[in-house]
Amino acid sequence: MTVRVFVPSDTTALAMGADAVARELAALADRRGLDLELVRNGSRGLCWLEPLIEVETTGGRVAYGPVAAADLPALLDAGLLEGAQSHPLCQGLVEQIPYLACQQRLTFARIGVIDPLSIEQYRAHGGFAGLERALPMAPEAIVEEIKTSGLRGRGGAAFPTGIKWDTVRKAGEGQKYIVCNADEGDSGTFADRLVMECDPYMLIEGMTIAGLAVGATRGYIYLRSEYPLAQRNLNIAIERARAAAYLGDSVLGSGRAFHLEVRLGAGAYICGEETSMLESLEGRRGLVRAKPPLPALEGLFGLPTVVNNVLSLAAVPFILDRGAQAYADCGVGRSRGTLPVQLAGNVLRGGLVELAFGVTLRELMEDFGGGTRSGRPLRAVQVGGPLGAYLPAAQWDTPLDYEAFAEVGAVLGHGGVVLFDDTVDMGEQARFSMEFCAVESCGKCTPCRIGSTRGVEVIDRIRAGDRPEANLSLLDELCTTMVDGSLCAMGSMTPIPVQSVMKYFAEDLRPTDNRRR
Amino acid sequence: MTVPSATASDPVQAALDTWQNEPGALLPVLHAVQDSVGYIPREAIAAIADALRLTRAEVSGVISFYHHFRTTPPGRHTVEVCRAEACQAVGARQLEAHAKTRLGLDYHETGADGQFSLEPVYCLGNCACGPSIRIGGAVYGRVSEARFDELLTGLDTRALELR
Ligand SMILES: Cc1cc2nc3c(=O)[nH]c(=O)nc-3n(C[C@H](O)[C@H](O)[C@H](O)COP(=O)(O)O)c2cc1C
Ligand code: SF4
Ligand code: FES
Repeated sequence: MTVRVFVPSDTTALAMGADAVARELAALADRRGLDLELVRNGSRGLCWLEPLIEVETTGGRVAYGPVAAADLPALLDAGLLEGAQSHPLCQGLVEQIPYLACQQRLTFARIGVIDPLSIEQYRAHGGFAGLERALPMAPEAIVEEIKTSGLRGRGGAAFPTGIKWDTVRKAGEGQKYIVCNADEGDSGTFADRLVMECDPYMLIEGMTIAGLAVGATRGYIYLRSEYPLAQRNLNIAIERARAAAYLGDSVLGSGRAFHLEVRLGAGAYICGEETSMLESLEGRRGLVRAKPPLPALEGLFGLPTVVNNVLSLAAVPFILDRGAQAYADCGVGRSRGTLPVQLAGNVLRGGLVELAFGVTLRELMEDFGGGTRSGRPLRAVQVGGPLGAYLPAAQWDTPLDYEAFAEVGAVLGHGGVVLFDDTVDMGEQARFSMEFCAVESCGKCTPCRIGSTRGVEVIDRIRAGDRPEANLSLLDELCTTMVDGSLCAMGSMTPIPVQSVMKYFAEDLRPTDNRRR
Repeated sequence: MTVPSATASDPVQAALDTWQNEPGALLPVLHAVQDSVGYIPREAIAAIADALRLTRAEVSGVISFYHHFRTTPPGRHTVEVCRAEACQAVGARQLEAHAKTRLGLDYHETGADGQFSLEPVYCLGNCACGPSIRIGGAVYGRVSEARFDELLTGLDTRALELR
């Protein structure tokens, strides 16, 4: 009987050598006359085990990882194809690995299970059921469903998705657009990438449902150019979806049109900001637009536009298929559903963790992450990307919940959690925040464009021992000016990580020779 | 649409033929040109501006705004080192310094022999397995200094054998 072996194919698995593993496995099978079928699945998001290969057995899929090509002969000898569990790389049944078993995967339920580009497998695992349910529904009923689910935008600002859709739905009759924000510029985040590389039909389905809900017949996925594999997979998936009438002039013969296209960014962080992204899509420099008008009313090419993050749109098929209540039943307070968290940086078990809101940061970092990769004590955690605060130990019991994070002056953002051990120089990190803003500012407002450059200089002076007290208060004032005088969150949030360092890691801002080492 | 892009001999014209009538054509055109030429040649700017009814200043402004676009030829191999926080947490700063010394280049530079270009990148989406670098199209994770040297040596020999 043919044995199916899965070798993942997402960027991280590839970066850790998955292609070499697949090639070697095929060569060995050939040489040894083994009857196996190699499937290139997506990734389960257990990044620290990549490449995590799986073997299908009657008892379930048995996992081995991290596997190097050189491990394969011994693994085969030890009974890999029978799912033998004696080899030290064996992780047991994949679904029972605690890291995976303890998650609540609503959005990422299919990820790593299937071949990302197979429509048949997508359907077999519940795909397109949400779209089929949405097609006969009235637009307001679809929007109502999203409102009831409590879904808030996962791209950073956490704005209620249903309310945004309703604004676009009510914005008259003509041409409207769905724009998917796939810029994922935050360091420490890769959940959008996983969706696009490993379950692209889910995003296509979510965007099509959004189109039905607001009366938009055209969608764009604005994808960062750093993600060429996502581009490839999305383009193939869009082509196949079109061929199977999930996209096109008449979606599944309904007479309702939806067309979808991928457009590439060009390495500018600010183009993740929605109005900058619209400028970029229109073919201009990504200068941020003043709001109002809201993109919902005057968005792409001046027309009503839904702008949503990949994860927001990817949550939609589940909500339509299983019902708003099933989604809303997860979570705490006004943070409903699940949050896909990405554990990154100096972490032992880095990867994707999808959980209902409410778990504490510490539980996440310890129970899932297993602490630091270096084995040294954890010192600081940056949550929410480069504009997010560095949290000291005293704040690690904060629950993952938009409001609870706001209370401690932090943000959840896109769910990126980056761990740093005690060798980190927090003065360096504060300096980098300013430097990043200087490199990536769109340049429209002075506090952000010039203030960030001055910020780097002031931090350098403080660290050089040049009138540290005076310069610290200057830095504080500069931060206030940036917060108050910036048009968008790039300039107004850059001070968040800097001020968190001033407040909680002040010793690292002392002159170099006084600093602890 | 006129000439299909695959048969057109002039990459700028090919890009324009494919995209000219699409809304928001400028970025896709610039991507197509850079993908086939390796950079955006000066001469292309005028042609693109004319075809899209933009000024040359507008086209140049867009090119200079985006970090991805370049106006000089890249080296034979482009080495991109991730500078962002998750990679910093596992030693990216030291790796950056090592890369600069090993290649004898600073960021945005190309060696006189045309072998390597060094570029910074802010996240490759491989943040759980950093430090990350990309050479050509391929991303590598958990890159130590030794692994970096190994990867470069592999490229150097291949380049020599090809000659
Ligand atoms: C500087 C900056 C960068 C941003 N980057 C992203 C991004 O990469 N992806 C994203 O979805 N949203 C990003 N946002 C938030 C978007 O402006 C916008 O709020 C979001 O795409 C809306 O979608 P949502 O409601 O589904 O979250 C960024 C915002 C700012 C100010
Ligand atoms: S705050 Fe910075 S990025 Fe935002 S609009 Fe102003 S200059 Fe541009
Ligand atoms: S921070 Fe380096 S790959 Fe994301």
